[in-house]
Amino acid sequence: MSERLSVRKTYKLFIGGAFPRSESGRSYAVTSSKGDFLANAARASRKDARDAVAAARKAFPGWSGATAYNRGQILYRIAEMLEGRRAQFVAEITAFGGVGVKQAGEMVDAAVDRLVWYAGWSDKIGAVLGSANPVAGPYFNLSSPEPTGVVAVVAPQVGPLLGLVSVIAPVIATGNTCVVVASERAPLPAITLAEVLATSDLPGGVVNVLTGSAAEIAPWLAGHMDVNGIDLTGADAELAVTCEELAAENLKRVLRPPAGPVNWLADPGIARMTTFLETKTVWHPIGV
Amino acid sequence: MTTPLAEVASSPSTLRAFLHGLPGVDRVGADARAAMLGTRSIKTTAKKQAIDLAIRMVDLTTLEGADTHGKVRAMCAKAVRPDPADSSVPPVAAVCVYPDLVATAVEALTGSGVKVASVATSFPSGRSSLEVKVAETRLAVAAGAAEIDMVIDRGAFLAGDYLKVYEEIVATKEACADAHLKVILETGELATYDNVRRASWLAMIAGADFIKTSTGKVSPAATLPVTLVMLEAVRDFLAATGRKVGVKPAGGIRTTKDAIKYLVLVNETAGPDWLDPDWFRLGASSLLNDLLMQRQKMATGRYAGPDYFTLD
Repeated sequence: MSERLSVRKTYKLFIGGAFPRSESGRSYAVTSSKGDFLANAARASRKDARDAVAAARKAFPGWSGATAYNRGQILYRIAEMLEGRRAQFVAEITAFGGVGVKQAGEMVDAAVDRLVWYAGWSDKIGAVLGSANPVAGPYFNLSSPEPTGVVAVVAPQVGPLLGLVSVIAPVIATGNTCVVVASERAPLPAITLAEVLATSDLPGGVVNVLTGSAAEIAPWLAGHMDVNGIDLTGADAELAVTCEELAAENLKRVLRPPAGPVNWLADPGIARMTTFLETKTVWHPIGV
Repeated sequence: MTTPLAEVASSPSTLRAFLHGLPGVDRVGADARAAMLGTRSIKTTAKKQAIDLAIRMVDLTTLEGADTHGKVRAMCAKAVRPDPADSSVPPVAAVCVYPDLVATAVEALTGSGVKVASVATSFPSGRSSLEVKVAETRLAVAAGAAEIDMVIDRGAFLAGDYLKVYEEIVATKEACADAHLKVILETGELATYDNVRRASWLAMIAGADFIKTSTGKVSPAATLPVTLVMLEAVRDFLAATGRKVGVKPAGGIRTTKDAIKYLVLVNETAGPDWLDPDWFRLGASSLLNDLLMQRQKMATGRYAGPDYFTLD
């Protein structure tokens, strides 16, 4: 009897809840840190980025209009589904190399915990950042945080799963939708995460994942007039400057890349959430 | 052809014999041809030209029960100067409104070169008496409409009462006086491509200046293969009679990509003579913003966003 051949997976993009190939038809070989072939992944083009922004924009009213409690539940559901795929993520992280099984397991666990942490935040951030303001007049004056809109995210190049979850979760927890450019060298966990998202009650288009070159795609997202914010965490210094200049045209919120290596296991704080929030203040007359 | 075209409408039987004597449409062939032409790649300078041509061909339309005079005035301003930030954008061909709003549109567009079109004849269903339809047409023309978009009586057409449809078009054409008459076939209700071809010929024989696919109130509205059949009809009609008739697909054309597909179809079917706002129009409302966004993308090199264009 002949030996069974394993089914080779075709890695694609994640746009609007579906898994299309790149419009350009391009793909590239993903290798481990030692140079061994792992898989072929789609190399997204600027047109895929454009489609992803359109999908994110379409999803924005529904996602930002959902109750914060509901968003939290869905984030928690993502954590559940991610937990269920623990073995697959560990295998992908160890195949890339550089970390052992134990350490990879800790990173996946941390990613699950991170999602649960942000799930809890989604209906509390309003209470923490919102306020009832004392004003000199017969008004109730209330401020509350509102999502910025469509956010482009250049995911960190290292820490493929934990880093990725740590940049996506704070953006969507508060009601933004996003287009993520995954790590170019280690995109496989990003695509597997997309499969998790697709089965987690997350409405299509809230998270869109593009694989390929950040240097190629990110400037198009930074210049896009229908993108409201950009997180440059995974961009190198040169790319970050280019993107920030392009982002100035429509006054995007920009999160600059960190100065040095990031310890993704550390307590993230709420800064990533507050970067992509606007403050809405309402004056309501008293006694009418 | 056995009967000269002038005489085919002399009796129900000759009209019926003529329309049913038209060659049948190969549905699969028409679909495949339209799909194949839709794959043409139009880029860079050709795309720039196509976008500007498409803008000049747009009949900017608002046909809602909720239309107000203010909305029509705003739309007219947009028709004259589609992108207030860029004076190189050409004005659209016409605005299309309900008859009671024609006077408002005419006032807003006087001297601009943008024409005012009005739907008439109990749009969109066409279910009324001929007297009412003719009277409505006269009202719209008296209010200053330069173009009248009439609907045919699909019930009569589908029942085989072609002469009734013919006579209604003739009567409306007469009521139009100098105004151009566009005849809406409402192809979404005609069921077959053969019927589309018959209705096209019927309208052209009766004196239509334009044949238009749809009201925009019925789905499917304009499709590429239906427009292909109609373009073939105007081409053949020109060859048979020497009179040139225009075509206007309307409804469901929302993106620049769609609009360019129609332009390719026109060029390859009726010929480049039809690539002119006098002979081909695009009935649309949301299409204009997409054309403007694509135009801005080509000018600035960055993707445009809908936040920077007016909604209507």
